[in-house]
Amino acid sequence: MKVEFVLNGKKVVVDVEPNELLINTLRDKLGVKSVKYACGIGECGNCTVLIDGEPVLSCLTLTVDVNGREVVTDEGLSREGLTKLQKAFIEEGAFQCGYCTPAFILMGEYLLREKQNPSIEDVKEYLKGVLCRCTGYINIFKAVLKTSSRREDSGNA
Amino acid sequence: MYRLPGFEYYRPLSLEEALVLLDKLEDAMVLAGGTDLVLDLKTGRYKPKSIVDTSGLKELKYIVDTGEALRIGALTTIQELVDSPIIASKTPLLWEAAREFAYWQIRNMATIGGNLCNASPAADTAPPLLVYEAVVKAVSTSGERYIPVTEFFLGPRRTALDKKELLVEVVVPYRNLERHGYAYRKIGRRRGHDISIVSVAVALRVDDGLITDTRIALNSVAPVPIRARSIEEFLLGKEPSIDLFREASKLVDRDISPISDVRAPAEYRLHVSRILVEELLLKSYKRAFKGGFE
Repeated sequence: MKVEFVLNGKKVVVDVEPNELLINTLRDKLGVKSVKYACGIGECGNCTVLIDGEPVLSCLTLTVDVNGREVVTDEGLSREGLTKLQKAFIEEGAFQCGYCTPAFILMGEYLLREKQNPSIEDVKEYLKGVLCRCTGYINIFKAVLKTSSRREDSGNA
Repeated sequence: MYRLPGFEYYRPLSLEEALVLLDKLEDAMVLAGGTDLVLDLKTGRYKPKSIVDTSGLKELKYIVDTGEALRIGALTTIQELVDSPIIASKTPLLWEAAREFAYWQIRNMATIGGNLCNASPAADTAPPLLVYEAVVKAVSTSGERYIPVTEFFLGPRRTALDKKELLVEVVVPYRNLERHGYAYRKIGRRRGHDISIVSVAVALRVDDGLITDTRIALNSVAPVPIRARSIEEFLLGKEPSIDLFREASKLVDRDISPISDVRAPAEYRLHVSRILVEELLLKSYKRAFKGGFE
């Protein structure tokens, strides 16, 4: 089946079987490698993408279901250089192996879009669907909170 | 777990087309949000010949307040329930259960209709819907009928729906519960992320010092989400007190039949069910009277 959608701002057309999962189309056909496969059963959140601006799991989504919609991955956020959040992740050392990082950054960006001044509780709530098995969460939370306070500073300036 | 087995794929563009497909196809399953079915296709729990993908049917996404009940389209996502001020104010138990439902990514995909049709003993929306005595609307090419949620679950993964029927709407009456106190609690390994070990929803009404209505529903402690009828009958007409609620909570043994699984042993489920029932009866009473027994 021919499926047409907007991927990170660009229109793409792919030919897929109906049983093809979005994660496989993105990784194998469209070269989007930030989207990670881990548990495959909706527990870990590492395959998170934004569809029409909302975070969903690409390992439980059929590619045919994104026809006519807009998909954003981590690559799509940094088309004009690293975002403030991506920079904050580097500064805070918010990763070790890095496997879960793209999903955390997508959820962090989503949170910062939804809430102007998130509390630590908000950060925990928005990010709870992504599992990190090596670095722990403290530096990840710090990176998100730091980005939020910086944005506030630049707003006041 | 990386790939799905093959199936014949149908994507109806209208409700009518979906019903014709379900009538015609021999071995079909309905796809809504996919958080359960896609997973079950991966693991091989189900091997249907055909998939009818209803996820494009926007006409089944709505929340309408009739003044007596909320009519919720089957494809309304759990996150849409969380975001709805109508759900929060009119059916607070359903709202609380929706907030505790998995996490953002799953809530954006999972639908209320799918959560019921999947008929998991752990279905998160079931306890509140059992308390509200919600009714589901099932349609097929031969007509429509309404099935009370209390009669909808027949066993694990089995519902009262016919193969040719589609669940299109959940009707949640709220008017006759407006004077009840209510409380909800879900126990899982991680807050809101895990499948429940047990969830309990309670609504309680007291008039002139006596209990006139109690509704208690639990999931994950029986083959289907259930009402604790023994406790409800025991409490009717009695004067509420801490001792009464403690005594009542012990009767939960008669209503539930928990099993041991990877999430918890049966003994733990039984123990926690008693504690939660007592705690939530008290909380419901306090909410109804803004103070409780102090």
